[in-house]
Amino acid sequence: MDLREKIGRRGAKLFEDGMLVNLGIGMPTVLSNYIPEGINLTFQSENGCINFGPAPGEGYEDPYLTNAGAMPLSVLPGAAYFDSATSFALIRGGHVDATVLGVLEVDEKGNLANYMVPGKLVPGMGGAMDLVTGAKLVVAVTEHCDKKGNPKVRKACTLPLTGKAVVDVILSELALIRVTPEGLVLEEIAPDTTVEEVVSKTEANLIIPADGPKVMEY
Amino acid sequence: MARVITSDEAAALINDGDTIMVGGFLGIGSPGTVIDAMVKRGVKDLTLVCNDTAFPDKMTGKMIMNKQFKKIIVSHIGTNKETGRQMTAGELDVELNPQGTLAERIRCGGIGLGGFYTPTGVGTPVEEGKEVRVLEGREMLFETPLTAKVSYLKAAKGDKFGNLRYHATGMNFNPVMAFAGETVVAEVDELVDFMDPDDVHTPGVLVDYIVRRGR
Repeated sequence: MDLREKIGRRGAKLFEDGMLVNLGIGMPTVLSNYIPEGINLTFQSENGCINFGPAPGEGYEDPYLTNAGAMPLSVLPGAAYFDSATSFALIRGGHVDATVLGVLEVDEKGNLANYMVPGKLVPGMGGAMDLVTGAKLVVAVTEHCDKKGNPKVRKACTLPLTGKAVVDVILSELALIRVTPEGLVLEEIAPDTTVEEVVSKTEANLIIPADGPKVMEY
Repeated sequence: MARVITSDEAAALINDGDTIMVGGFLGIGSPGTVIDAMVKRGVKDLTLVCNDTAFPDKMTGKMIMNKQFKKIIVSHIGTNKETGRQMTAGELDVELNPQGTLAERIRCGGIGLGGFYTPTGVGTPVEEGKEVRVLEGREMLFETPLTAKVSYLKAAKGDKFGNLRYHATGMNFNPVMAFAGETVVAEVDELVDFMDPDDVHTPGVLVDYIVRRGR
């Protein structure tokens, strides 16, 4: 299993039957490949669609029907279209049950930075700030360390924030960490790692449960 | 009745320095024929209110390549590298808004409200310079309305009364922008005499001009 599959499989188990879910672009979309049997989810695309399906076959694309990354979509029975104000009324208004977003940095307070690196990369926040503010469950999925090996789970974010105290769960290929008022609790570790490795690759202070973290199941 | 005009006439409604709104999300649901006419006319120093700047070869992205904006109010610029380059070079003022905040600012501008408080953006760079108030037990930012001299929309279908019907995710920002422009131009794929009232998404009383795609 590669890193994405590990995160996808474990992350998909965080959903409960019947949830309305919005997945960010990139790694978060991988979760949709591994939804457990018996869990029926409704997906939202913030550009104005609910209940969409996979990309249509070649020749069946509708130029007016895409996801938030401009890739063609199909729709499932029960689908609905709406304008951007309505789409964000759903998001900001607390009607979206869960969102999964990527990470540049995440920290001990559940702060998330994922939309810009000043002077280097400024794509903009798109819908991310509204999603972390409005969704009931905010899951941050990430490689545990960046390409240079620096921890992405920090004591305090150094980059501009996407949201203050918004993240509920941090999921990487090594660990599942829950954000609590007491701090970050190391709830689960991957079968191929150790508490010591996770702690050494995490800048934030981790609270280790008395009976140790569970071993992650895929 | 909405007047049917050409894309060149639609582009001539604005002059250097004006503020425009353009519907669309990464170019989907944007008025492509009118945008091409605006590129041809070459008006400069515009302020753009739009979700994004699409791609370099698409929709508002073409106007970015043609350096027609002095300021853009958007939620995302990551799909058009030239936008980022102009921003970094100090040639373009980019005001990034959370997408829901952008939609709601446009909505407020068009429906006679003086702004709104939102929890989105608290504790982020978006908060800078804004009033913060605790409402419903939560910190919230005050956001102001947005309006424009002309809103340029795209609909799948329009009728001679200006009624519009969008298709799929091509709807996006178009319905709120229909309220927020002093003048409203809608480019349509199909123009009919009249529509079933049940099919109307944007009532025609808001729409001043119709342009047929490709004309």
